Amino acid sequence: MNGVHDMGGMHGMGPIHHEQNEPVFHMNWEGRVFALRRAMGAWGKWNIDASRYEIELVPPAEYLRMSYYERQFTAFLEILVKSGLVSRAEIDSGKPSDGTSKQSPAFTVDKVTPLVAKGVLTSRDVAVAPHFKTGQRVRARNMHPVGHTRLPRYARGKVGMIERDYGVFVFPDTNAHFLGEKPQHLYSVRFAARELWGEQASPRDSVYVNMWDDYLEPA
Amino acid sequence: MTTTRRDFLTAAVTAAGAAMSPDVSHAQDHDHDHQAVPSDLTLRVKALESLLVEKGLVDRPALDALIDTYEHKIGPRNGARVVARAWVDPAYKQRLLTDANAAIAELGYGGQQGEHMQVVENSPKVHNLVVCTLCSCYPWPVLGLPPVWYKSAPYRSRAVIDPRGVLREFGLELAEDVEVRVWDSTAELRYLVVPERPAGSEGLSEEELATLVTRDAMVGVAKVMSPPKGVSA
Repeated sequence: MNGVHDMGGMHGMGPIHHEQNEPVFHMNWEGRVFALRRAMGAWGKWNIDASRYEIELVPPAEYLRMSYYERQFTAFLEILVKSGLVSRAEIDSGKPSDGTSKQSPAFTVDKVTPLVAKGVLTSRDVAVAPHFKTGQRVRARNMHPVGHTRLPRYARGKVGMIERDYGVFVFPDTNAHFLGEKPQHLYSVRFAARELWGEQASPRDSVYVNMWDDYLEPA
Repeated sequence: MTTTRRDFLTAAVTAAGAAMSPDVSHAQDHDHDHQAVPSDLTLRVKALESLLVEKGLVDRPALDALIDTYEHKIGPRNGARVVARAWVDPAYKQRLLTDANAAIAELGYGGQQGEHMQVVENSPKVHNLVVCTLCSCYPWPVLGLPPVWYKSAPYRSRAVIDPRGVLREFGLELAEDVEVRVWDSTAELRYLVVPERPAGSEGLSEEELATLVTRDAMVGVAKVMSPPKGVSA
């Protein structure tokens, strides 16, 4: 979706605040939100692309006003309700609804180390032919899906070069909407800064963007 | 609607006898973007956690262990050790640049949000800068969780269109003849920058070198400074 989250190239966002000796979490609730999202993810009711899309659905004015973890918390409540794990009434009342049975947590303390140490692979060991080869000139498609995409607006319609083929990965645009993983090749595509931003950019500079086959066409 | 829900939650939390977190007063110390009605958020998050625990959906010790892991165990010291090893061992650096996951695993690091790593190297003629314009993707196993500025709109919006301006804001002025490569983390690839080894570090051990390497240098918004004079091998 053409949301405010897709902010590469925007102006007017102000100076960068670089905090010295920054704590990992500034306030206790931030750490709780971080951990709750991981722990509830273990129920397998959504995937990383769906959870990113939920954050993109936070209305633009709210998205920009909110801190990072407030945004995550807001989207988390929505995805919890959509998943059916928790009802809106339960969130509003803070109490389990009558008749719901108590479950056993999916994410227990013994699972922390394995999750942290292994993570979740998004590469797929399936034979899918690449559409492009290293060194080939490609154009990022001029597409504007209303759903989730990882093709940033600043690159759409621009010509770049395939620098590297990483192999086959899950495709976020379908996976976010539970429409299948649609595994396909993922590349590193190099765009000259001047192709993206015109004469104001340095002729030497470039931006490397990860792109899947479905984002690209021959140039 | 929102107000009503917040009132309900506040009432629910108060009724449950939940103590206010001490971080409410602490919130006033910060001048940037994470202070939106902190007491309200403290209460709302606490209420949600209580609900999820009561429903048997989450286990509090697991939450505590996860927070402890990223507050105390995983952070930029990991990445610094990778960089220091690359500086002293050319064969390791080569492995790092060609198969980052395997090379990083040699030092015992890897996992969540670093499942697919790529390492890029700075030189006198090439400077690499990492960003995630779409959200907050960052290589957790080697750098820990990202700082606020990395996730902020100013950095995400400008790193791709004006990387030299962004670097200047961080106090790093690059010469015209240096090539800037910006890496936008739009997929599950996570990037680590191997900064240039600073002048004056020739006699240092690998461990001493690691202490020079900063998080910012491994994101690409800073260079590694030379060791203060008097530090000897």
